[in-house]
This record gives sequence, structure tokens and C-alpha cells, in this order.
Amino acid sequence: MTHAQAGQPLPLDPSVAPPGTRNFRDAGGIPADRWHADQNGETLVPTHCCFCGVQCGMYLRVDQAGKVFGVEPRNHDINRMRLCPKGINAYQQVNHPDRLTSPLMRSNRDEPFREVSWEEALDFTVSEVRRIQGEYGNDAFGLLGGASLFSEKTYLVGKFARVALKTRHVDYNGRLCMVSAAGANKLAFGIDRAGNPFSDILLTDCLLIAGSNVGECFPVMTQYLWGARDRGATLIVVDPRETPIARTADLHVALKPGTDSAFFNSVLHVVVAEGLTDEAYLAAHTTGWEEVKKTVADYPPARAAEICGVPEEQIVQVARMFAGVDKAMAWHARGVEHHSQGVENCLSIINLCVATGNIGRPGAGYGTITGQGNGQGGREHGQKSDLLPGGRSIANPEHRRQICEIWGIDEAELPPAGTSMMEMVWQMQRREIRGLIGICNNPFVSLPNYATVKDGYDTAEFHAQFDFFLSETAANAHVVFPVTVWAEDEGVMANAEARVVKHNKAQEPPAGVRTDTWVICELARRLGAADKFDFPDSRSVFEELRIASAGTVNDYYGITYERLEETGGIAWPCPDTEHPGTPRLFEDGRTYHPDGKVHLQVVEWHPPMDPYSEEFPLSLTTGRTVAHFLSGNQTRRLGALVEQTPRPWVEVHPSLGFRNGDPVRVVTRRGSEVFPALVTEAIRPDTVFVPYHWPVPTAANALTIDALDPRSKIPEYKVCAARVEPAERIDEVPAPPTAPGQVAYPETQVSRADPLPPTAPQGRGTSERS
Amino acid sequence: MMGRTIFIDPGRCIGCQACVSACRECDSHRGKSMIHLDYPDEGRSVASLPTVCMHCEDPVAPCAEVCPADAILVTADGVVQQADTSRCIGCANCVNACPFGVPKIDLQAKLQMKCNLCYDRTAYGLAPMCATVCPTGALFYGTLDELRAERPGVQVADSFTFGATTVSTGVAMVVPADKVQWPVPGGLPIVEVNGVDVR
Ligand code: SF4
Ligand code: SF4
Repeated sequence: MTHAQAGQPLPLDPSVAPPGTRNFRDAGGIPADRWHADQNGETLVPTHCCFCGVQCGMYLRVDQAGKVFGVEPRNHDINRMRLCPKGINAYQQVNHPDRLTSPLMRSNRDEPFREVSWEEALDFTVSEVRRIQGEYGNDAFGLLGGASLFSEKTYLVGKFARVALKTRHVDYNGRLCMVSAAGANKLAFGIDRAGNPFSDILLTDCLLIAGSNVGECFPVMTQYLWGARDRGATLIVVDPRETPIARTADLHVALKPGTDSAFFNSVLHVVVAEGLTDEAYLAAHTTGWEEVKKTVADYPPARAAEICGVPEEQIVQVARMFAGVDKAMAWHARGVEHHSQGVENCLSIINLCVATGNIGRPGAGYGTITGQGNGQGGREHGQKSDLLPGGRSIANPEHRRQICEIWGIDEAELPPAGTSMMEMVWQMQRREIRGLIGICNNPFVSLPNYATVKDGYDTAEFHAQFDFFLSETAANAHVVFPVTVWAEDEGVMANAEARVVKHNKAQEPPAGVRTDTWVICELARRLGAADKFDFPDSRSVFEELRIASAGTVNDYYGITYERLEETGGIAWPCPDTEHPGTPRLFEDGRTYHPDGKVHLQVVEWHPPMDPYSEEFPLSLTTGRTVAHFLSGNQTRRLGALVEQTPRPWVEVHPSLGFRNGDPVRVVTRRGSEVFPALVTEAIRPDTVFVPYHWPVPTAANALTIDALDPRSKIPEYKVCAARVEPAERIDEVPAPPTAPGQVAYPETQVSRADPLPPTAPQGRGTSERS
Repeated sequence: MMGRTIFIDPGRCIGCQACVSACRECDSHRGKSMIHLDYPDEGRSVASLPTVCMHCEDPVAPCAEVCPADAILVTADGVVQQADTSRCIGCANCVNACPFGVPKIDLQAKLQMKCNLCYDRTAYGLAPMCATVCPTGALFYGTLDELRAERPGVQVADSFTFGATTVSTGVAMVVPADKVQWPVPGGLPIVEVNGVDVR
């Protein structure tokens, strides 16, 4: 195209343009002969965002030297060109000067790191594994994986633990994410995933969002919410804070943290009382309804209103809005799941959906909104302590036999289930686990009760960590393996809809950096399991994963790299290569339990684990901010995101008597820290909020409690007892730790933390105005 | 109003600043964003409001009008361009003249920068970067008909009053249904005159 033609609108090709696309010439939305593409000789590599569970499609811009230098929106089905600020800035981490490019090693934690060869780092790690396991047994060594890894790598983590390390102790940081929802879905439906695709949201009449700050945590999903509203759907938001979506909801129920199941039991109470249940559906497709009905009879609105701190009328209103329409949907996230009764909270929402017949139809159903990019896929193939590939149970003799056959090992060699991530830290404190390898996780920021976590890791005799930046946790290690970022390898992830998407490689890794796959296989080889870990690349791992999942509920057999590239994503189960995938579950009324029914579960509310008292009268709740991702190891290094939200704050109601920016000490039974106040009416007077992406001395997780849900073992991040008091000064936000010879914040990329506290609600910091 | 333009819908904005980040990726001012995001009801609500260049039409863009170097050109299709680097003297008159607070000055380079509606993209029929990525459609690029096809019954306004002056703009704003044909009040409300609260 020449400049003379500029100004001519490009024709819209309806055969490739999804609804909502306006005047984009191809499905990618980029003119193939875009002139500066010609000038720069750049190529656009189609891939997905590395961050949250939405998994937005994007192009990475790659220059003639083969380096990633920018991003271009991509017209993928999931996001239709939209991106949030994390997605837009993600490319900057690929060639970031903080990248680790050489293995680091030291023999004890008092010494500085030395840059060493790969041989030395691998040999030292293997000798420590052998020493610890020789002295204390195989289970004295543990492995912690991550849900930001491609599914191929999470499969390898599980196999490596059981086959090469021969330990029962393997778990992953998805344990901190959506395992409560997974547990509830498994109990009720026999399958662990959302029931409907995002696109169903557009078809619903009433949308209930519980415990999810969609606008900030899954921004790109908002287009589906607003799309539903354009078509007349009502929106109910249940959240202690007025989040950006709650602001415009038809009904915002600001309930007290830790009272969700009492609230949903009561909503169901009203649904029953008003005769709004779908008795035909209940009779044909469920078990346990009579018991559930009996239990919710004990939750009249007057009682729940008292527990939840909301007006009785709102409970009645929610029941009528949700049950009074043909198609309603409920989506929930960590606000409901991060509790010592996280599984029960999710079950109480499932009970509501099922009792009203809102299941398995276009526009009617349920879903959990995944936090991490591969939060869904990360646990499907054996990285979780109790699961084998294909979501098989490690306690089930038949499942064990099947996997041992595929792996070529003797059944007696396969260890039993291990413990969860937080429990492994307690075991390190007790010297039951003495050595640990961590892969792409940052528990020093992400686990609750920091003092305990630090103590556990410090007690471990050996700790190795895989990462591409020196995280707070990696800074505690004996060995750090520098590994690839997402754009330097290929692999699949499953998004919040259980849609498997493929990420592509956009550039070669820097010299000295290896893929996680290579490192795991090298360690396995040195541990004497070379024949079981002959994987030259992700594709070879994926081929084994397909076979290992065949015939299970989590069936990936019909998914191939080629099909993913052609289709833009396939939802599992997908049993054969002709199968279109399963975007919507239960359309035939059958669940994945052998009897095909929904197994409704009785839920009783009980109070949070950290009791309120005169000394600790308030609820502390935690959450995210749009600019940062999880522990912030990645986003706290990207200039625009640091500028957008330089530091954490404490959100307090005006009735607590602070002024904006005042230093406020937040005290819990675990400790105390000082944050600038953000005074806003957008939060309950009895609740305070701190975002959690920062390390000590401004780490929300130095204050949160390490109480766990007894079934899912998820920590109770979303509620603990606290008090606030005036403080002298605000502690500094520490810069991320720096590797030898590297700078933490390149001047060109960052303007450092603004000394002023955030002034905007939600702490979204200053806007651009120079 | 231009046929194809940006529509701003503050009711949908979630304050995520994807628009701000996306604007930084524009090849004509890489690294600097020309968008600002305001929080109009701070302390009470999380409401947020993005401002892009409004591409004023009538009177001719105030920034262009006051430019002593004739550096700010307005194209036939109504796009108020960023200052021509060969003419701009960095005097900042445009910054002072703009009623929406849009143009920015790079003091070191003595050059003005502003949103040019991603002319490199819009000339090819693509949406500007900000409206492309905006996860909520708070920034929408297209024609009024295209907007109405997605959001039936939506009402928009493309004139703003500043005291006695009304400015018509190329970029339009979604307004409440009962405010059709009303110019949107522009500028900050006057709350105090000579120390007296006049609210
Ligand atoms: S972080 Fe999530 S919403 Fe944002 S661009 Fe990435 S995948 Fe999309
Ligand atoms: S990208 Fe859209 S929703 Fe986000 S701040 Fe900008 S206008 Fe608002």
C-alpha cells in the first residue's frame, strides 16, 4: 500500500471478522503491508499475554535482529483486540536488563551469589538432592511449581517429582489461586472447570459477580459484562468494596468479608420461600436437594443480614433478580475462594445456580475466574500434590496403574499424595522437608504469614529456584537457574474458560538462559532418570501429555499444536482430533459423576478463623490492583506499571478518622506495617483493604493468616482480624533484589516510586499529565 | 462531527489505564502517553474518566488558533495534528489554550506533542491504539451508527460549554439519555470566588 491510498478505509471481511470488529482488514486487525512494518522489517508473532487467566491474544513485534520490541493488539476470539495495561507492557520484560543470564550459586545464605556454569549449578543441586535424600529419605526433598508455566512444564514438574526425585512432596502456587472452586466443582459436577465460555455472558439476563474485582483483575472480561448490559442484563455485584464494576451495578451488596456462604444460603432460602426453584430440573438431575433445602431453611434473611452486615431487603432482591429470569449466571473469584471455607462458599453459589435451573444452557451457568495465566491448566496434569496427569487421583489404584504404565515405572515406586504448599512450609520449619526446588513462584510475597514462610525457607538446608528475575524468594536460594520468559518458548495454557491456547516463540533466549524443560530434563538425567525425560522441546512433552490425559475427564487427546494454531483455542474435554472441544458443559443434562447427576452439597456458615476482639475489631482483606500481577516479581520492574501504581496503600472508610495520605499502621496477630491511607467511602466502615503485590516492609502477607480451608488447603487471604492506628511515617517500598552486575530499575523504563501516596480511589496513582 | 471518531463513555470506564499504556506504544510519541485519566468523585466513588484530544472543530481548534508558528495543522478530515516538528518553537501557547488540558511540551526538546488520533492507524482504517485496547469500550472508535448498533439507544454530545463559550468537537461523549442536545459542561466547576463558597 502506498501513502496515496492512506485514508481509504479497509474493507471489512465478514467471514473472518468476529462480531464487534469494526473495519479491520484481517482477523489480526493489521494491514499486512502496514508501512512501518515494511520500514522496520518487523514481524508480528501471534501469541497470548503471559499474565492472567483471560489469556488475551496479542502479537509481539519482533525487529530484524530477532528481538521483541513491542506489542500489537490481536483480534483473537477471547479479547477482540482488547488488552489491559499489563498485557500492553508485558513485552518489556523480554529484554529487560534485570534478566538473569547466568546460574547463580553459593554454599550458604550469608555469602553473596557467584555466577557459575550450568554444569556446576546442576551438579551442586543434584549432589544436595542426593545428600538430603540419602540422610533423611526421599520425602525430605520437595518441589514447588507454578501456574504461570505452560501446561507441558507443569506436567514435567509432576513427573519429575515422582519419577526422578521420587518424592511425594510436590505442589504449586495455583494452590493459592482457585483450588476452592476446583474442589467445589469436582464435588458437585465431577469436573473441575467453569461451566460456560465467556461468550455466554453476552446471552444472560442476570449476571451475578461475587468476590471478583473484574475491572482490575480481569479487565478484558469487562467487555463481556458491559456487552451483557447493553443487551439488557441486570448486574449484581457482591463485594465488600465498591469496585469499578460494582459502581455501575444494578445492585451492589457490600457484605462483610468471610460471610459469603451465609449470604448465598439465605438467597437460596428466599428462592425456596418464593417458589422460584426449578423443581423439574432438581428432580431429574440432582441428588442431595432435600438436605440442602433443609439447611437453607435455617438462613432466613434476618439472620443472614445480621451475619453479613447487609440490609435484609438486598438478600430478597438478589433472590428475585437472579431466580426471576430465564437465564442467569454466577461468576466468582478469589473473594469467595480465599477462605477457610472457600470450598463451601463456592458450593453455596453452585447450589443457587442449580436450584434455579441455571446450568448447561447458553447464558445460564457458572464459572470461576482464574487468577494466574495457567491457573486452570496448571493443576490438570499432575503438578498438584494429590493429582496425576489428566486430573487422575493419586489415591486411586486404577489411576495410579494407568499412569505408571505410561511412565514405565513400577507401581510401588509411585509415591502417595503429598501436602499443600503452605503445609510444606510448615514441614520445612519442622525439618521434615530439608531441601526444596521452586520453579517460577515467589512465596516470600505470595504466601500468608511472611514470618512463618521466611522461617521455613531459612530452615531448609538447600533451596534452588528457577526464575528469570531474581525474585524475593530466589534471593534466599543457594542456586538460581536463569530460565526463559514466555516469549522465548512455545507451549499451551488453559484460560478461565478451560480453552486451551497456544503461545508461540518470538525470540531466542539470551545466551546463558535455558528453558525450564531443559533444566528439568538435565536434573532428571543427573538423577539417573534420563530415559524417562527424553524431551528435546515442548512439543515432545505435549505429545506425552495428550496420551497421559486420554480417556480422563481432562481429556486433551484431540488437541494438537496444529489445531490450536488453526482454531485459536479448543476447550477440553476433547477426546479425538475431529472433536470440536467442549466450550459449554452439561448441555445434555449429564455431569461427570458416574450417575450423571449434580451432587448438591450441604453448606453451613462458620466464622473466619481469626476471631475479632476489642483489640482487633476490623476485617483486613487483600486483593490486586490492575497494574500488577501476583507477587509483582515481573510487573514491579516495568516502568509504566510502577508509575501507575508505585506502592501499596490501605483503603479506609472516612469514619475511621484518617485523612488521605496519613501514615496508618495496620496491626494483626501476625505483625504490623505502615501504609499511606486512601480514605474512601467505597469500602465498608468495618473493613480495611491492602493490595498484596509487594514484599516486606509493605507486604499485605506479613499480616494475613495462614489458616487453610480443610479441603482445598487454600489460605484465608481475604479476611483476618485487624486494627488500624496512626503512625509516624510510611515505610519505603523496597526495589526488587538485583542480580550481580545488573541494575534493578533501568532509568529509561521507570520513574521510581512517587513519594506521594496514591490519591485516587483504588490507588491507581497519578495519571499522565506533564 | 466526523464520520468515524472516538466516543468516550465514562460510565464504562474502569480506570485501568490500558489506554494510557497503549498511547505510549504509538510510534509518533513512543514512551509518552497523551491521555490523562481523571477521578472526578475521589473519596466517594471509583469513577474515572479518560480524556483524549477532543479534536475541536468549532471554533477551529484553540491550540492551533493560538500557535504563533502555525505548527498545528488540522487535516481535511478534522484531525488536529501534533505540532509539526520543523515549525514548533516549544512556546506552550497551545498547552494554555486547550480547554481540555491535552497538549504536552517536552521542555528539553522544546517540542509539543499531542494525540493525533493515531493518524498512522486511522488512515488505514484501524482504530487508534487507545480505543483498540480499551477493555470496556469506554473509548470506542467508529461511526455513531456503529456505536448504536452495539449499544441501542445510546445518546452522545459533541459540544462543551466553558462559561459563555461553546466548543464543538470531533470526538464525542456518551451522555445520559435525558441530556440529549445539551452541551456538556466543560472545565472545573467554580466552587470559590474571592474566598467565598459559591457552590
Ligand atoms: S493480564 Fe489478563 S486481561 Fe490483561 S492483557 Fe493479560 S490476559 Fe488480558
Ligand atoms: S482503557 Fe478504557 S476502561 Fe481503561 S482507563 Fe482507559 S478508557 Fe477507562
